[in-house]
Amino acid sequence: MSTIQRYTAQERSNHWVVAIAFVLAGLSGLALFHPAFFFLTHLFGGGPWTRILHPFLGAVLFLSFMGMAARFWRYNRITPADRQWMARIKDVLCNRDQGLPEVGKYNAGQKYLFWLLVVCIPVLLVSGIVIWQPWFAPYFPVGLLRIAVVLHALAAWIVILAIIVHVYAAIWVKGSIRAMLRGTVSEAWARHHHRAWYRDVTGK
Amino acid sequence: MALQSLDIKARSATTTQPPAARDPLHVAKLIDISKCIGCKACQVACMEWNDLRDEVGTNAGIYDNPRDLTDQSWTVMRYSEVEVQQGRLEWLIRKDGCMHCEDPGCLKACPAPGAIVQYVNGIVDFHEEHCIGCGYCITGCPFNVPRISKKDSKAYKCTLCSDRVAVGREPACVKTCPTGAIVFGSKRDMIEHAEGRIADLKARGYANAGLYNPEGVGGTHVMYVLQHADQPELYAGLPKDPHISPLVGLWKGITKPLMSLGIGLAVFAGFFHYVTAGPKEVEDEKVD
Ligand code: HEM
Ligand code: SF4
Repeated sequence: MSTIQRYTAQERSNHWVVAIAFVLAGLSGLALFHPAFFFLTHLFGGGPWTRILHPFLGAVLFLSFMGMAARFWRYNRITPADRQWMARIKDVLCNRDQGLPEVGKYNAGQKYLFWLLVVCIPVLLVSGIVIWQPWFAPYFPVGLLRIAVVLHALAAWIVILAIIVHVYAAIWVKGSIRAMLRGTVSEAWARHHHRAWYRDVTGK
Repeated sequence: MALQSLDIKARSATTTQPPAARDPLHVAKLIDISKCIGCKACQVACMEWNDLRDEVGTNAGIYDNPRDLTDQSWTVMRYSEVEVQQGRLEWLIRKDGCMHCEDPGCLKACPAPGAIVQYVNGIVDFHEEHCIGCGYCITGCPFNVPRISKKDSKAYKCTLCSDRVAVGREPACVKTCPTGAIVFGSKRDMIEHAEGRIADLKARGYANAGLYNPEGVGGTHVMYVLQHADQPELYAGLPKDPHISPLVGLWKGITKPLMSLGIGLAVFAGFFHYVTAGPKEVEDEKVD
């Protein structure tokens, strides 16, 4: 099987730092989101530890995500072909891939996920800092705290849903996970899913 | 249940019904501002009974001292000099502290099971051993009362001397007040007592005298008799129509269960997509 390099070791490491920080920040945040999830505090050493650790995990996520965003920014510009691809999302979901518009390094779904995270993660950072006890919250008026908790919970919910879709897509589209684990994809995979990128990197 | 007098009616971050077999007496503290002389005996009694020692601060040039509620000062006197009628100075002294709302915003906001409880008798109490120090109670409170300790990152406020009330005693501030400005008893008796006081104040020219027992939070278990009940803001910014902020309602209301359901549904949708539509495989090459 001939393979193509899709991610460098640095890109892969960056992605997995983001992923680990996201899962930890997400689980520790969810623990306080609704009583149904409070049992998750046990994963972090109890309620106070969960409260203490969560913002630091979030900060690690923010920093590592910004690094990744800078690396992948230019591949995520939305083009007219992306809109055509999105118009056929039903076919994509039903695995009817014949005649889809050519896709570059990322398809429209991946790009929208990227921009959603680019918006939501800074919102999480800013709103998270406003409600961060005991360091920052005492400096903000209660009206702002109330806005920040709502924004934080909403943005967290949106990114958690988006990441569930992202993880599922990686499981669904066979051959994708090795791209991020090993860095390579098969030529067939690249030709099928990202033809424009395939032509770009292989010159074929 | 340890003490019948402390049967629990509501518990933070708990979605099932606490034991509800009994309905003990509903209590209330009534603070008659027209009788208060600002001696701060109640502040001292609170410190003594609850064994609290605030840091010695600096004088801000007014009588308010300490300047604000803290984790060590669960009640403070707030002094307002106002002229409701031109040329007629009034010194309004309000004993500030937890109002023990019937619908407590702190309890609604708190994510830690059992860190905030409301007894059937109406007292809202913080159980610091369950507190995680997130400060959500501060965002929930319409009266700006809870304070987080710098020492242990736990939230503190007036307990209405739940430990004394549990054994049939009045709160320490009530016991000590030299003018009888603070009284304690069943909520119904306190409302009745207030009515007498209000009639007296009206007879003495305070046409707008009235009871502060705000409906927006379902009534409170600490109530005030105000000389100017039409303008509670005169009393160091006592809110006219306190209620749990709609933002807190949005944050802690039906949205949370719905959002949680949405997360669960997303996972299920993925699983069922996989077992129906199936994975996306590239035919001509075996890849993983
Ligand atoms: C970017 C940096 C972040 C900071 C500074 C931050 C900070 C905070 C703080 C201070 C809290 C209150 C509880 C506590 O003190 O631990 C909180 C709650 C929460 N956080 Fe974050 N966070 C960040 C990122 C995230 C991320 C990435 C997620 C989701 C994946 C998330 C999900 C949540 C959730 C669900 C809650 C509970 C909200 C609620 O009670 O409604 N946070 N966060
Ligand atoms: S600081 Fe403590 S009492 Fe206040 S909301 Fe958080 S866990 Fe509950």
